[in-house]
Amino acid sequence: MIITNQLKNQHLMWRAGFGPMAEDVNQFRHVSQKDLFKALIKYSSLKPEYIDVADNMLKGLMMGIGDTARMQKKDLSGDQKKELRKQSVQDIKSLNLSWLNEMVNSDAQLREKISLFWHGHFASRNLNIFYAQLLLDTIRRNALGNFGDLLREVSKSAAMINFLNNNQNKKDHPNENFAREVMELFTMGRGHYTETDVKEAARAFTGWGANLQGEFVFRKFQHDDGEKTILGKTGNFDGDDVLDILLQEKQTAHFITTKIYRYFVNDQPDESRISALADRFYQNHYDIKDLLETIFTSDWFYAPNNIGAVIKSPVQLLAGIRRMLPMQIENEEVQLLVQRLLGQLLFYPPNVAGWPGGTNWIDSSSLMFRMRIPQIIYASDDFQMKPKDDDDQMMGMRDMEETTTKFKGVGKIKGGQAIRATIDWDKYSEQFDSVPESSLQEEIGRVLLQTTPALQTSTLQKYTDRSSRESILKTTTIQLMSTPEYQLC
Amino acid sequence: MLIKRRAFLQTGGLATASLMLPKFLKAFERSNLVPPGNKVLVVLQLSGGNDGLNTVIPVRNDIYYRSRPHLGIEKEKALTITDEAALHPALTGFRELYEDGSLGILNAVGYPNPDRSHFRSMDIWQTASGSQEYVYTGWLGRYLDAQCAGCDKPTQALEVDDVLSLALKGNRIKGIALKDPRRLYDSSHEQYFKDILADHAGKKDEEPVAYLYKTMAETISSADYIFQQSKLRPTTATYPDTELGKNLKTIASLILSDINTKVYYLSLGSFDTHVGQQGQQQRLFTELNDAVKAFSTDLKANNRFQDLLMMTFSEFGRRVAQNASGGTDHGTANNMFLIGGGLQQKGLINPMPDLANLEEGDLKYQVDFRNVYGTILKKWLDASDREILGRPANYLQFV
Repeated sequence: MIITNQLKNQHLMWRAGFGPMAEDVNQFRHVSQKDLFKALIKYSSLKPEYIDVADNMLKGLMMGIGDTARMQKKDLSGDQKKELRKQSVQDIKSLNLSWLNEMVNSDAQLREKISLFWHGHFASRNLNIFYAQLLLDTIRRNALGNFGDLLREVSKSAAMINFLNNNQNKKDHPNENFAREVMELFTMGRGHYTETDVKEAARAFTGWGANLQGEFVFRKFQHDDGEKTILGKTGNFDGDDVLDILLQEKQTAHFITTKIYRYFVNDQPDESRISALADRFYQNHYDIKDLLETIFTSDWFYAPNNIGAVIKSPVQLLAGIRRMLPMQIENEEVQLLVQRLLGQLLFYPPNVAGWPGGTNWIDSSSLMFRMRIPQIIYASDDFQMKPKDDDDQMMGMRDMEETTTKFKGVGKIKGGQAIRATIDWDKYSEQFDSVPESSLQEEIGRVLLQTTPALQTSTLQKYTDRSSRESILKTTTIQLMSTPEYQLC
Repeated sequence: MLIKRRAFLQTGGLATASLMLPKFLKAFERSNLVPPGNKVLVVLQLSGGNDGLNTVIPVRNDIYYRSRPHLGIEKEKALTITDEAALHPALTGFRELYEDGSLGILNAVGYPNPDRSHFRSMDIWQTASGSQEYVYTGWLGRYLDAQCAGCDKPTQALEVDDVLSLALKGNRIKGIALKDPRRLYDSSHEQYFKDILADHAGKKDEEPVAYLYKTMAETISSADYIFQQSKLRPTTATYPDTELGKNLKTIASLILSDINTKVYYLSLGSFDTHVGQQGQQQRLFTELNDAVKAFSTDLKANNRFQDLLMMTFSEFGRRVAQNASGGTDHGTANNMFLIGGGLQQKGLINPMPDLANLEEGDLKYQVDFRNVYGTILKKWLDASDREILGRPANYLQFV
């Protein structure tokens, strides 16, 4: 592929966001990457709005409990817990779709993209909508800020405290789950601490809890305030101290930077580049915005071997299609099914390590389904696939969701599903208005794909409906989005 | 002559050709079809770290009851198999298998320097790596690499799931993940994809494009073959209407069809019982028990049980002592069940775990799991275990 200015801008949009929007593409021929990135930063630096989807009745329930809780130490009754869980499962679906809509529609593309990264990094599952909402907000507010702040706030979130059992981590019976995962997955990575470090750190985190309102609570009488030795340092550490110790380790900067590089630049790590970035990240006290800016404004970011080198995550694929093809989806919930089938359901990471990404997204069935999605949307085609029920390690929490989503109406197979969407083809085609018919198909290819497809002209023509300019546009677009190359960005 | 011509015109795999051949010619089929009587491995992964001590219960061991004042299962409630061991109450079908010599139990299987993180330990079990090594291919994927040179249908290893596990990812070849044959067939058989594939033929790409096309090509040719096979002799037995029940039923039908698949992989979970262990294990073991019972019964009725070796494993066991939340935390060594009609050693194959000599509250391993893999690869699957595992194995005697 020839590296044009347009291609580079598309590259930036795919990595620092969820891909180009149809209406922006014409700008991309001329604008510089520097200016485009400036715009991304500008919008992404604004404070995000809190996404609140919790059911009103549930809110009433929690407020009622809150008042009595302050008077006597009350907990939810068995029935209330059940109600909360059941409603939460519904509300988390709404949260998923609301956030997905932000990814599609928001100008703060960079913020939502890096938030998605953190969402996978600080992976958790919670059958409590309030906790899930709060954690999402914590992530989005801190996504482009300081990693230390992000780490602290996430560690003290009700979501994480519950998910990694820190609320059950008590002086006489420590629970090591959080201590282990904060070292292994959130900061330094495997191999940089010992089992003893984990045990000692667990002692430091004892007493950490959260109340029903989702607020952090420190239970002094459950805290082990004795002397501990962690990573070579000794003192009467508490949880905050341990987080500080972890941030003082340069390995933390290296681990995080490596993950960010592999996610945003290329799955094949370039060790010298990563070291330089990590050093800078550490010296700047973990300034996330600065790290990303350094990456996205470097020449090497736009090198040919980095363009079209990343396999889109399922959420990225879905959001990218919606950004390029403006559409109204009548049965919005089907997007949850699509996420599940492709192995990435927001708020339900497969395990506490999040989604591995890269070629892990691709295997026999996921690849075929990905390539069928554009046609499924376009023709309201039927598909029949059941998602994996519960994945591996989920802290024992079973996936309560019963996806007996059956969409009637369209489709020949009884009980199959469909994506009932109306595509705004007029809006989509505007960007090609000035393109003569003779070069229309080529131009569509340049806009949709970040790498030259193997698809030959003869095949392309075989499936192109030449009866009108509009039909050429539609059938070419759907075809090109159905290629293996479209899976890359 | 008519039969021969039709056989050539079939676009399906060898399966369709085999339908045309009279029975007595079956022996002359190409070698990548498995004739009846050939051995099959079913790997059942218990995800999340199943608590082995409440699965095969050391009912005569005081230490067990002292460490688990609430979580310990009383002897009277458990299913006795020897005077020192009993099975979890939900595993009635397993006890029946034990009684007819179809169940083997390996105790304290693990590896040196055990890792207690799900992600890491599961990778170790699936890749058969050392605990400090990072390997990105699975042991069954490497089995495919070794066995499958030059074959266009890498269906020797199938996973009954939508997402393929690392265990089945080799250097060159990956297993196929499918929830069921029909669905895989439907989703892969569009003419457009076949045309793209043809356009791509002969092209040399960089990664990851090359990977995408390779996956596509294999999927299409395999989907066809698997689907045709699955229609040959589907099982009519009754299976429980659970996830595991359905998956084992799919596997049974494929086994009965004599498809060239040697390894099936599936999982059940989550066994990660930090809290509420009693209820969770009860529920999961019921699902496990009923599905495995139906599967064994079905294969026995069809004379294929002696060709089956089913192996269960978990990425680790759990700590000997209970925690403060009605559960147990991550541990180390664990037991494995071996099920089938061809076991050379049955029942408790090695001693129950030693609860008096723990490593910081955790079991010490007696058997390295790579020796279990090596034994199965060499003696059951007739493969070069040394090449696949990268180290020599101390073979066990259970097959």
